[in-house]
Amino acid sequence: MSETVKREPLFSKKNRKLITDPLNQINPVTIQVLGICSALAVTVQMDNALIMALAVTAVTALGNVVISAMRNIIPGRIRIIVELVVVAALVIIVDQILKAYVYDVSKSLSVFVGLIITNCIIMGRLEAFALGNKPWASALDGLGNGLGYGLVLIVVAFFKEVLGSGALTIPGLGKLHLIPQALYDMGYMNNGLFLLPPSSLIIVAIYIWVQKSRNPDLIGE
Amino acid sequence: MAINRESNVYTIIFATVMVVVVGGLLAFVSMSLKPIQQANIDNEKMQNILQSIGIEETDGITRDEAGKVFDNYITRRLTINYKGEILSDKSIKEPIDKKDKLDAFNIDLRKEYSKFVKPIMNKTKGDDAKLAAELEKSENIHFPIFVCEHNGEKFYIVSASGKGLWDDIWGYLCIQADGETVHGSVFDHKGETPGLGSKITEKWFQDDFKGKTIADGTEFTSIHVLKPGAKLDTHQVDGISGATFTGKGVNEMLNRNLIVYYNFFKNNPEF
Repeated sequence: MSETVKREPLFSKKNRKLITDPLNQINPVTIQVLGICSALAVTVQMDNALIMALAVTAVTALGNVVISAMRNIIPGRIRIIVELVVVAALVIIVDQILKAYVYDVSKSLSVFVGLIITNCIIMGRLEAFALGNKPWASALDGLGNGLGYGLVLIVVAFFKEVLGSGALTIPGLGKLHLIPQALYDMGYMNNGLFLLPPSSLIIVAIYIWVQKSRNPDLIGE
Repeated sequence: MAINRESNVYTIIFATVMVVVVGGLLAFVSMSLKPIQQANIDNEKMQNILQSIGIEETDGITRDEAGKVFDNYITRRLTINYKGEILSDKSIKEPIDKKDKLDAFNIDLRKEYSKFVKPIMNKTKGDDAKLAAELEKSENIHFPIFVCEHNGEKFYIVSASGKGLWDDIWGYLCIQADGETVHGSVFDHKGETPGLGSKITEKWFQDDFKGKTIADGTEFTSIHVLKPGAKLDTHQVDGISGATFTGKGVNEMLNRNLIVYYNFFKNNPEF
């Protein structure tokens, strides 16, 4: 897997866990309950969810690397401000890139791109991990947490869009109508509730339920 | 390293350097991506205008395509004020100058509404006669008209902007050469509820405006969005269920804007 084996292999077991753990055991959304707000709001269409997941992953990973690289020179008293500036700068860059290259997605994500700044996952990982670890490990940790967040987003978006609009919007493929017209002719109707934020809560709750019943050790006392 | 990381001097220097570096970086990114972003915005506007004509050729045109063929369809750009006086009249030979604020293409519909119309509406509090008088007095409100010539037929694309349930809504309506009959429409919004109010961007809603008229004999009659399923005459279109307030917003903005164009076409039959 890794080509440069010097001291500690790049993808040692410990490092691999940094990526895989946030997908399940310590998932930022379902276990740490961070970043819920955007998970509720940008999951109406699959393409929005995918781009949002990508944007958050990029920001967590890059933010982690930058802060980790600077961890020995950041003055302790203003470290939160420094973190905020780094995250805000990264988010603005992401926002500008979206506006230039995927204009439609940037339009439908609207304020939520800017709100990545306040996504608790990012500040949480900077404080808890990047300040005390080396850049490479921090990058993996950021990547893992971003992907963990993205995984939940994609699952939620899948159910919301299929049940709410009977379709899936995949970037590059356009809108795929999954529910056949024959079903509509028989009286089937799209469920409008699934287009609204409350339905995400229901789906996230079911996700947590399934996840915890498959991993009994996640259940608290 | 002998630097004291907790000293005030170090903290201040660090903060200053960081702000300068980050500021420079952001300015650079913004400057280098600006042309692409502006092209997106312009192309989208062209796409909206072309789609509203309601002819087969521009139906479902993509954004990039719209930017390329815009000049093939739009032959003249006019800007009028509430009284119907022409403020700017550009032919196809004069390319769009970004600095010319009166050029019909440079009129920002949402800004027109939020900056100039909304304060007047707040002041007049629903009194229609007062509102019309105040709007007439205001010199800041502009109404763009795009003239399209296609296969020997003339079309006029007019615009409207207002407020839906949550935020701004706006749209383009294409009027036939008689100055009354609608030939096509496009609506867009900033933040209407997904799946409900946001459906004003859908084709079935916009297609419903085709063939409707804004005149009743010699009187102006706006087009109204009704409750879904109601019986429709030539001034009414089918509404969206669950989006009553967005529909009301569409009614208000059409009523307020279309009368200006109606009077203009009536008083200037040479168009």
